[in-house]
Amino acid sequence: MLTIATGNKAVAAAVKAAKPGVVAAYPITPQTEIVEQIAEYVTDGDLESQYIPVESEHSAMAACIGASAGGVRTFTATSSHGLLYMHEMVHWAAGARLPIVMANVNRALGPGWNTWAEHSDAFSQRDTGWLQVFVGTVQEAYDATLMAFKIAEDERVLLPVMVNLDGFALSHIMQALETVDLGDFLPPYHLPHAIDTENPCVYGPMTGPADYFRFRWDIERSMRDARGVIAEVEREFAERFGRSYGPTEDYRCEDADVVVIAMGTLGKEAEVAVDRLRDEGIKAGSMRLRWFRPFPDLDLAGREVVVIDRDYSFGFGGVVAHSIRSKTGVVPYSVIAGLGGQEVTYNDIADFVRNRHPGTETWFGVSDHV
Amino acid sequence: MYEIRIHSRGGQGGVTAAKLLALAAFRDGKYATACPFYGAERRGAPVVSFVRIDDEPIKIYSQIHEPDLVIVLDTSIMDVVDVLQGLKSGGTVLLNSAHPLPGCNGTCRHVDLTGIALAENLVVAGSPILNTPVLGALAKMGVVTFPSAEKAIREMFADERNVKAAKAAYEELKA
Repeated sequence: MLTIATGNKAVAAAVKAAKPGVVAAYPITPQTEIVEQIAEYVTDGDLESQYIPVESEHSAMAACIGASAGGVRTFTATSSHGLLYMHEMVHWAAGARLPIVMANVNRALGPGWNTWAEHSDAFSQRDTGWLQVFVGTVQEAYDATLMAFKIAEDERVLLPVMVNLDGFALSHIMQALETVDLGDFLPPYHLPHAIDTENPCVYGPMTGPADYFRFRWDIERSMRDARGVIAEVEREFAERFGRSYGPTEDYRCEDADVVVIAMGTLGKEAEVAVDRLRDEGIKAGSMRLRWFRPFPDLDLAGREVVVIDRDYSFGFGGVVAHSIRSKTGVVPYSVIAGLGGQEVTYNDIADFVRNRHPGTETWFGVSDHV
Repeated sequence: MYEIRIHSRGGQGGVTAAKLLALAAFRDGKYATACPFYGAERRGAPVVSFVRIDDEPIKIYSQIHEPDLVIVLDTSIMDVVDVLQGLKSGGTVLLNSAHPLPGCNGTCRHVDLTGIALAENLVVAGSPILNTPVLGALAKMGVVTFPSAEKAIREMFADERNVKAAKAAYEELKA
């Protein structure tokens, strides 16, 4: 069905289609609309699911962990301080190999109190063992949420997936949305190590160094295998529903001398900047980074690169810029922009490219080439 | 691309007006996005929302700095907000007002949306509903077609008085 919807409503619609047995969540701006809509689906009988209105995000993730281990598909959604509050359980979900899907509506971290878009909340959970995907359109918020369940639940992965969408910029914008008839795209939930009362065993007991170390390696092995599984699932999704996705969304990159790398809505708006630059004779392209964990292999040989980070690692640099540098060897021009919802237009992005200084960092509107 | 900026006060339905307009444009077969700018809103505070309409998919998420059309749902805002800021030359202003704005040289249209809402008794929590009648005025201006405006209103609201109010605004908007 074709309609228009907000990014939040698109996520809720995907959750309805995926039919999780348990949704446990706590509302937080700008995520609230997702859980409100899911609660309404459950109340109206459009989604047969147990909706648990917990008292905190820590409990939301704890409830999802219990439910997922109990053998049902689970979903939650949060943002910013809510994500930080559940941090301990975020680690636990991955370590326990539970394929929970969580939407995270990217929002800045206080103080100062700020409810607008920033990627620092997701990146603060970078090393938890969750897969992380960042979306750039309302349609993609829907599609990525559907695919997240299939990727997480694949036995070669069995790790939780975080679907990230920019607070307000995407969560509250209305765009076209085509919902699909899923058919058998999502197989029934099957967790090989689900709790079985016929065969009782202990979960999360004291584990010695040798076994613990192996468990950690097993997470990384699955993270590596996840790349192939993601590619398979995205290919199948394209075959069934006609929309294709990859680790990046490349726009006019084939013959580009300079490539802009950004995530989320800035990565989408960068395409408009690329068109403007091409009109001026600058051979620019845009590579919107979708998957952050597992981090994709990127071919940037022979190109100049401008990375826009909507995040920062204090005392170090832009998280994406440094990831690109360490993974590809390319020394990018690092632009820090859009923190706390700072307004960044396609004209600004075009300026980043025109004024690029590889090897330096610029805080947009604050400090140049430092 | 046609870019619209809507000025209103919190609680007057400016955000819903943006959503309705985008939905109507979408029902016209166009691409449309509606994006409210959320600040620390409270009832009565000036708020702004944006609508883009185009024949191509819209990839812009930033705010509209040079609108083709500015809609002012509450003219008292004009004392505190420069609603004409960035208006394109040849751009249009639509005012919720029974009277024309003095000194507005040909770019201003006006219609008494508040009066229309009150006549239909479209009042929620003491505030007249402006977001459905304004769609009628926009249809008269050719931003969307009236059938699509009607369709959008019915998709979002069950109360037929909203459609009646839109029709009234369509008829009352001065040429």
